[in-house]
Amino acid sequence: MRKSTLLKISLASILKNKLRTLLTMLGIVIGVGAVIIMVAIGNGAQTQIQHQIENLGTNLIVVTAGSTVQGGASQGAQSFNRLTVADVAKVKSQATMLSAVSPVIVTRTQIVGNSKNWRAEVNGVSTDYLTIRNWNVTSGALFTDDDVSAKRQVVVLGATVAKNLYPDMDPVGSEIRLGRSPFTIVGVLASKGQTASGADQDDVVLVPYTTAQTRLNGFTFLGQILASASDPAVLVAAQSEVRDIMRDAHGIVSGMPDDFTVRDQTTIAQAATSTSSVMTSLLAAIASVSLVVGGIGIMNIMLVSVTERTREIGIRMAIGARGGDVLTQFLVESVVMCLLGGIVGLGVGAGGAALVGHFTGWTVATPASAVLLATGFSAAVGIFFGYYPARKAAGLDPIQALRFE
Amino acid sequence: MTTTNDTTLLDTPVIQLGGVKKVYTMGTTQVFALRGVDLTVRRGEMIAVMGTSGSGKSTLMNILGCLDVPTEGTYALDGTLVNGSSRNALADLRNEKLGFVFQGFNLLARTSAIDNVELPLLYRKETSAAESRRRAEEALVRVGLGTRLDHEPSELSGGQQQRVAIARAMVTQPTLLLADEPTGNLDSRTSIEVMALFQELNEQGITILIVTHEPDIAQYARRIVEVRDGRIIRDHPVVGRRIASDDLNSIGEEVVAEIEEAA
Repeated sequence: MRKSTLLKISLASILKNKLRTLLTMLGIVIGVGAVIIMVAIGNGAQTQIQHQIENLGTNLIVVTAGSTVQGGASQGAQSFNRLTVADVAKVKSQATMLSAVSPVIVTRTQIVGNSKNWRAEVNGVSTDYLTIRNWNVTSGALFTDDDVSAKRQVVVLGATVAKNLYPDMDPVGSEIRLGRSPFTIVGVLASKGQTASGADQDDVVLVPYTTAQTRLNGFTFLGQILASASDPAVLVAAQSEVRDIMRDAHGIVSGMPDDFTVRDQTTIAQAATSTSSVMTSLLAAIASVSLVVGGIGIMNIMLVSVTERTREIGIRMAIGARGGDVLTQFLVESVVMCLLGGIVGLGVGAGGAALVGHFTGWTVATPASAVLLATGFSAAVGIFFGYYPARKAAGLDPIQALRFE
Repeated sequence: MTTTNDTTLLDTPVIQLGGVKKVYTMGTTQVFALRGVDLTVRRGEMIAVMGTSGSGKSTLMNILGCLDVPTEGTYALDGTLVNGSSRNALADLRNEKLGFVFQGFNLLARTSAIDNVELPLLYRKETSAAESRRRAEEALVRVGLGTRLDHEPSELSGGQQQRVAIARAMVTQPTLLLADEPTGNLDSRTSIEVMALFQELNEQGITILIVTHEPDIAQYARRIVEVRDGRIIRDHPVVGRRIASDDLNSIGEEVVAEIEEAA
């Protein structure tokens, strides 16, 4: 039998019973649709999480002061603070894979302005800081390199601080006091929201690190050094480069442990991404159950159809159809039905995902692989659940089949 | 014991049965459906197989139609030995050498006449789509249904449905046309019409075997074989053979006469 004829015969059979075909296909439509929606939501969540991680800072590398050992007991990270401005300068001049480097001096102080006061974290940083943190100012501007070298008393307010001290006005240009020192507000930062652990990233003010050292805490040592790798691909290499420079700067001979710690966010990113990919698989697995149920529906209808069409099968066999011809016919019917259902399900799934995205505000993304997977899977369902009924049809005895009422 | 009539004795017989037995095992009891049948049918014959129900004629029909195989004995169809053929080989034999006409027409429902007739050709690889379409149309024209190609069985009368079935049986140009009670579901006038068609096809050289229990119908054949208890008890040429087209004309006259009488 020619393939085109076979397809024609199968299509004709499917079309002869439109309502039943539609209802049978519905199982596959819902199954495939559910898988697509779930994968789209899971995939969207993954993209969103990645985006949030990037938001923490692009390709962020963090150097913190290392641990010391006192009398055999390790004091943990930052117990011995030996990061200096000289380290920053050395890293900045020697590193080849970094796009930005900034020292961070952290202190807390009372802020007074506009007849109100507020206690917040003060970060002494360089002009590279906003690039590293992937942060913007909404009003005014960040202080300049000139401000840094001149140790000027200028400050940029975080969104939370600005909101609390200057609820009704743009504070840029206003005078403010950090502790006892007067500062001029030059900018306001964009809101960045909370960290994963719940800390408010906007409850902060930025000042030049030079000013922080002289006016605020008087320490020459830095809390941490932040750097940004020039490309995500070189993040690991950049990290080890920074480590080598830091060891050199601190004069650590080989064999001795580091007195600082270099970390990046790949571990956080990996954990978050793998969590969300597990979630995606889980959602897809749950949705697959409905696809299996749809497949059982196909099998059920095909079995009914074989019984109902016993006489037709007998006629076909009497006029010369081989068992194989009958088997292929029923198998093709089942596969065509599943594939059509799969294609409609794709549309329903894509539409449903878009609707979910629209009403919940979640990021949804239907990956191309899901489309291929759904189509392939629905064809496989057709073959798997169509084979047994088709086998049954092909095995009928023509005499019995012809006599069947 | 083979009786031949006026048809020519050319080449191999279409049917050659030798000592055919068929035993069905039902539980522990054995049912002897055929108890040794010898039969030779030559090309161009029109033969009626008669018998009451339970005589074994249906079993004989199934074996002749390659739907079943004998338990014992040999069956050669057009020189091909059927015994021991696989299911697929039997299917191919049915497709290439046989045409079936059934009592209940057995057309595919909700399928146009031409699609029904084309069906046997679709199970052949060598016939192209255009060719099989053309041949199906030709066969329908030949049985007088050239104007009803796209009608579905439900839109056709019993006689017309049987004509479609005959066209389907003829479309493959089979060696043997097997008809199982072809007039069983038809009124007498339509039955005669169908027999006229069979006689016409037979005149064109097609070998036809009709299974029937109606003696009237058997009278249209050239030869009658009577089966009882799984054996052939009589095998004789038809004496005073009826010609269906003449009968149709005389029925017409009777009807006219009746109408005239009434008037």
